[in-house]
Amino acid sequence: MMEPGLYHVLFISTALFFIGVFGFLTRRNLITMLMSIELVLNSVNINFIAFNKYVWPNKLDGLFFSIFVIAIAAAEAAVAIAIIINLYRSHQSIDVENAEDLKF
Amino acid sequence: MLNDFLLLMKAELALAFILFLVLILKVGKEITNERLLALIQLLLLGNFIFGFFFIESGSLFGGMFTTNGLIAFQKSIISLGIYLISLLFSDWLKKSELLPEFFILLLSAVLGMFFLISSGNLLMFYLSVELATIPVAAMANFDLDKKISSEASMKMILSSALSSGVLLFGISLIYGATGTISFDQIPALLDGNGLQILAFVFLFTAFAFKLSIVPFHLWTADVYEGSPIAVTSFLSVISKGAITFILLTTLYKVFAPMHDLWYNMVMLLSVITMVVGNLFALRQQNIKRFLAFSSIAQVGFILLGISSHSMEGTSSVVYFVLIYVFSNLAAFGVAGAISQAAGKERIEDYKGLYQTNPLISWVLALSLFSLAGIPPTAGFFGKLFLITAGASKGNYFFITVAALNMIISLYYYLRIVSAVFMDTNHQPIPKINLDHSTKLGMIICGAGIILIGLLSWVYDYITALSF
Repeated sequence: MMEPGLYHVLFISTALFFIGVFGFLTRRNLITMLMSIELVLNSVNINFIAFNKYVWPNKLDGLFFSIFVIAIAAAEAAVAIAIIINLYRSHQSIDVENAEDLKF
Repeated sequence: MLNDFLLLMKAELALAFILFLVLILKVGKEITNERLLALIQLLLLGNFIFGFFFIESGSLFGGMFTTNGLIAFQKSIISLGIYLISLLFSDWLKKSELLPEFFILLLSAVLGMFFLISSGNLLMFYLSVELATIPVAAMANFDLDKKISSEASMKMILSSALSSGVLLFGISLIYGATGTISFDQIPALLDGNGLQILAFVFLFTAFAFKLSIVPFHLWTADVYEGSPIAVTSFLSVISKGAITFILLTTLYKVFAPMHDLWYNMVMLLSVITMVVGNLFALRQQNIKRFLAFSSIAQVGFILLGISSHSMEGTSSVVYFVLIYVFSNLAAFGVAGAISQAAGKERIEDYKGLYQTNPLISWVLALSLFSLAGIPPTAGFFGKLFLITAGASKGNYFFITVAALNMIISLYYYLRIVSAVFMDTNHQPIPKINLDHSTKLGMIICGAGIILIGLLSWVYDYITALSF
């Protein structure tokens, strides 16, 4: 059984990042778009932890950074959901296709 | 130790003091909007003046927070901007039911910008970018009953969330490639390998999102049109200025060893940004949307100055942002006054404005001349220094394109001036009664537009601070 190395973890995190970006660009539901952004942020967390463990075990910056990322992601999601609730009140929908008053 | 802490962080501490004072006044006993606004204006003026005293340079918390004369001056520009916003939009602010909340959000965003300009570490940088954007997204939703306001705010929070994801991915790659997140240690460890280049591209993409550089500008016009005008002006002047300042630091200090790489990138993006911003501005009918595209074109000129990577680059960009604060805030102030009094935001409604409202028309004309770069307004000198700095690299093809873009921009700026002064309108906008603080704000803006260009010691002062 092969021990997973840095490249395996980086492959997973990069794939997660681009799955998140793809989901953000293709999904039309606001909650799903927010979930895609969480995927992006968590791929970054995996990156930080992997670099910390495999490449720079003596420098704990990466570990601390990931804790801050989790906290800020929660704050951002809270504001985003409040905005989405307000959008739902005015548009009766959380589909981005229905929010189309501003164009060109 | 405590002395150092108090002196070096005095701008942040003063701002936090005002922020908490507003919060306490909000939960305290009933106070009328007029008196509260007057108090806040006084405090912001005090904050601006306080910015010029006790300037020290040094760093705190192991290099996470740095400050020096130039950073203190940049913070003063931002303080001046929020003071002008509180003056210019006083009519709208007085009628708002949520006046304290507006200033709490605004001041916390500004606090984030202060920490952003001072940050000396990628962790601090990320945290302060978030503190500077999340409250602004909430502010964009301030017209709670308007559909477009909630749409604008949704677009803003989603695009800024994605851009901060991209930023974080870039930071994580830099950490992987160099093993440090401190601005002081990164330059020595950069050797231009593939991972570092990829990391830089991600980081610059995030900057491009926040600064609305083409091709990442698509959120800008929608957010600007949907938000209340006070918020739009804050977004287009203050947050652009703060991000420009930190972009200067990152490119000139942290990524200085990769200069050959980013020079081409910045030059190309600068030209594309100018051309696209100008061409889209030509066809706009809504004044806020028009100013959004014009601000995209101005960012192109700022990038031209940044690309020079020299002391002139720093000083010309800071000088241009100072002028940009005056001229763009004057334009937004006029648009806000008209929108508040008459509810009109289309450019064709501005026809014949001069017959009914001469003062507003002159302020608008001055600000548009300054944005277009016509002497003797300050905008001319700002653009002159930016182009001179950009030309120091000897890349004359790009400089020619930039100069041609100034001619295109003349057409659409002067289109508004001619509508205001020359065209007649059967139903012109009625005479608007400005209150005293709006009038004071417009006069300060107009005086700034003329004087900053004529008083040469302003530019000399900035040059003396630059490095």
